[in-house]
Amino acid sequence: MATKLTARRSRKTSPTSETPLVQGLLIALSLLFMGVILLLPLYAVFHEALIKGPGAYFAALLEPDAQSAIRLTLLVAAIAVPLNLVFGVAASWAIAKFEFKGKAFLITLIDLPFSVSPVISGLVYVLLFGAGSVLGPVLKSYGIEVLFALPGIVLATIFVTFPFVARELIPLMQDQGTGDEEAALSLGANGWQTFFLVTLPNIKWGLLYGVLLCNARAMGEFGAVAVVSGKIRGQTTTIPLQVEMLYNEYNATAAFALASLLALLALVTLVLKSALEWRFSAEIAAGNH
Amino acid sequence: MGFTLTYFSLIILVPLLALAFRSAGLGPASFWIAASDARVLGALRVSFVTALIAAAVNVVFGTLIAWVLVRYRFPGRRIFDAVIDLPFALPTAVAGIALTAIYAPNGTIGALFAPLGWRIAYTPAGIVIAMIFIGLPFVVRTIQPILEEVSHEVEEASATLGATRFQTITRVLLPSLTPAILTGFALAFARGVGEYGSIIFIAGNIPFVSEIAPLLIYIRLQEFNYVGATVIATVMLLISFALLFAINLIQAWSRRRYGYGN
Repeated sequence: MATKLTARRSRKTSPTSETPLVQGLLIALSLLFMGVILLLPLYAVFHEALIKGPGAYFAALLEPDAQSAIRLTLLVAAIAVPLNLVFGVAASWAIAKFEFKGKAFLITLIDLPFSVSPVISGLVYVLLFGAGSVLGPVLKSYGIEVLFALPGIVLATIFVTFPFVARELIPLMQDQGTGDEEAALSLGANGWQTFFLVTLPNIKWGLLYGVLLCNARAMGEFGAVAVVSGKIRGQTTTIPLQVEMLYNEYNATAAFALASLLALLALVTLVLKSALEWRFSAEIAAGNH
Repeated sequence: MGFTLTYFSLIILVPLLALAFRSAGLGPASFWIAASDARVLGALRVSFVTALIAAAVNVVFGTLIAWVLVRYRFPGRRIFDAVIDLPFALPTAVAGIALTAIYAPNGTIGALFAPLGWRIAYTPAGIVIAMIFIGLPFVVRTIQPILEEVSHEVEEASATLGATRFQTITRVLLPSLTPAILTGFALAFARGVGEYGSIIFIAGNIPFVSEIAPLLIYIRLQEFNYVGATVIATVMLLISFALLFAINLIQAWSRRRYGYGN
């Protein structure tokens, strides 16, 4: 009896793991921290949005300025995401399948928008196209407005969402090497056939993953867009900017109602992202460093 | 290839060069005058001090969370693992108003501290909270893959040689995690310094107390003071590049020392 008890105790306090008590405490502490820091804000968005009931909630969403913000956000994402998708595929293709000088430098530069403050990302376009710049007045004389208009918002959004697809695909394509492509070419496929029938199917899940993250950021970008949009109500306000305006006007319920749309988008993104990770972990694993 | 470089140059390089040229065109004397403005220095101090505190908190809890997620099995582990990425997916403005609602004196957590006379929202403490929110996934996601790679054998070897569990963790495991922890710290710090959206709602934005550098850039732009904005941006960019450089050095060192990096 006594030996059995010691045996059990020594198994519990195995030298390469912690006692169940310590494990439990560490798990509880982690979950508490995550609950307060991460989950509580998410809950707060929906709680505040629905605090005056579903009537006020849907009224806030159907309000004309809110509708135009939703339309603008969808339009901006519809332009910026495909452009960055094409670029991301082209850049990772060039980096992974060819050797050229300055490659390491290019990879570093692709990550640049991640380490630049979003306000600075917007500022660079103000300097390029604003009053006192060279380009701005020239374009204006042709009737093209960049700042405080759609082109500026799209450019700033492209800037901040630029790395998502590429940084997902580069490690994946480097991992896969060029064997499949060489086989296809040697069997008589031309360049485009090789790309669409061999390369693309190999990277499709990694690509989807990158596009998902790119889209979430494109629809939710705030700092960079705030700088270039001019915040003209009903015209150049995206959903995040409309949320800010409503909030600053003490219309918190309407602000949280619109914010809940973006929170839903974030939840859908997370669910799809996790599903992709669990289902195709091997095929996108290379991108998870 | 040509397409890649053209697109890249147009979107990223040309705008950043425009910033550099504007800055260089000022001349060192006027650059220094604008950069040493008391309000600018105050904003930079607020940004860097709060980001430092938030990154330190995130290193402690981020390492703990990465450890718990990798080593322990408990119900809901996968869901909590997915939730770590929430700050990547949730737009910063949404996070900002949600955090303000929680930590304001009448909010869920703010109300707990209000009777003690502690205010979180509209003070630098609120800035730290927002930076902890946005920085946490950087630390967890940097440490997690490294922790998964650390082999159990070194722990077993350490235990057979008579080390207690605590000694094994502090002398065997922690040193091999140090590069990842430092990288996570630098990433969370860099993100915190540049963050705008989630902070401006909760900060209170009082100059010299809770006004962050990115907000001051925004204010200068609203005043059409492009020179002022450019100078602050340049100082912040230089510091960010120094940080990126430091991260690369840490990773190179880690690869040499431990044979892997991230």
